[in-house]
Amino acid sequence: MGTFLALVRRDLALAARVGGAGGLSLVFFLMVVTLIPFGLGPDLNLLSRIGPAILWIAGVLATLIGLDRLFQADEEDGSLDLMRLSPAPFEVVVLAKATAHWIATGLPLALFAPLFGLLVALEPAALARTALSLLVGTPALTFAGAIGAALAASIRRGGLVIAILVVPLMVPPLIFGVAAADPANPGSGQALSILAALTLAMGAVGCLGAAAALRGGE
Amino acid sequence: MLTRLANPATFMRVSGYALPPLATAAALLAAYGLYLAFLASPADYQQGETVRIMYIHVPAAWLSLFFYSIMTVSALGTLVWRHPLADVSQRAAAPIGAAFTLVCLVTGSLWGKPMWGTYWVWDARLTSVLVLFLMYCGILTLWRALDDPGRAARAVAILTLVGAVNVPIVKFSVEWWSTLHQGASVFRIGGPLIDPAMLRPLFCMALAFTCFGLALHLAGMRTEILRRRVRTLTLLQAERLERAAA
Repeated sequence: MGTFLALVRRDLALAARVGGAGGLSLVFFLMVVTLIPFGLGPDLNLLSRIGPAILWIAGVLATLIGLDRLFQADEEDGSLDLMRLSPAPFEVVVLAKATAHWIATGLPLALFAPLFGLLVALEPAALARTALSLLVGTPALTFAGAIGAALAASIRRGGLVIAILVVPLMVPPLIFGVAAADPANPGSGQALSILAALTLAMGAVGCLGAAAALRGGE
Repeated sequence: MLTRLANPATFMRVSGYALPPLATAAALLAAYGLYLAFLASPADYQQGETVRIMYIHVPAAWLSLFFYSIMTVSALGTLVWRHPLADVSQRAAAPIGAAFTLVCLVTGSLWGKPMWGTYWVWDARLTSVLVLFLMYCGILTLWRALDDPGRAARAVAILTLVGAVNVPIVKFSVEWWSTLHQGASVFRIGGPLIDPAMLRPLFCMALAFTCFGLALHLAGMRTEILRRRVRTLTLLQAERLERAAA
């Protein structure tokens, strides 16, 4: 537990001081949300209908940012080797790093989603549900991303490779996330439960898979 | 039996014997199957002549999953027993599986144009095959991105296993998604039992495809083993030259 907290704190400090990861992904999120109405036209009815989908796709894209450095930076400067040697299970290290990544990218998106939802004319009920579904579902995206990041840790310029590896894994959370965000959908409560289940399952698969991938890269 | 076959030298010998009859069987079955499919079987009363696309499409769909299963079993072999032959089998199966998935998608959309009036619909089955194809693409990308074959095999094995968990989840979620959005699908053929006159060419083609796929897999594995041998010999040669220069 001590290792976990120390690692989360370290990664958050790094994210805040080096690139301002939280702010950066928020700005990117805003960019995507702004860009889509330019492509679709300013029809508010249409935008409010597809608003949750826009926010979710923006969330998927924003999660992809920074994934290529998630393990690679530590692999390069050798700190990942030290973490491998530490007495804590390596899965905990992966869990800590994924949690820190989520706090820096996914959590701000969920918190600011009501604000961005206003840009695409979401109703208050839809705003709340979208924010809730993002809060529940973005960890699944991050854990899926952690697998890709671990597999591509040793590939220089692995950013595009990660996106190709990870996006098929993000399809189920996206489907249930958008379904849970729609207040008019009678199955949205059920979708939210399945989304939470996906987050938990992805957490287990992601930590085990990413740890195995990083160990295999030795 | 399996452990003896797992020796690369034994495998090369046995597969050398097995490959020609397998390829011949594939060719003969395909010839007979295509004759049945195009000349000796009736046109469908609803679909007309386009039903003949099914004789290519359905076996390709089966084999796209079959090769993913081969990859999953090989991935277990790679991770659990660290066996080089399992790496080779994984590597050889990936492009074949991707090709069958693509054939399935392309023939499916060619069939869809006359039957449904469109090349593509976001139907649950189509979408999950598309996601399967994307996963094959990811696996092929990862094979290319990592240089060291042993390391690449372990990375791809993990991705394959994660994918094996993901494929049923995608299938389930896409079905949920698609039924949610379009209700009862109008694209169902209505499930009439297939007539034996159509079942025979279908099974014949499925058998031909399986033999063909296995023959390709064996040939791919043999090529990969030889490629690795060449690689090792080149490395040894370079080492020897370096020692001579020093």
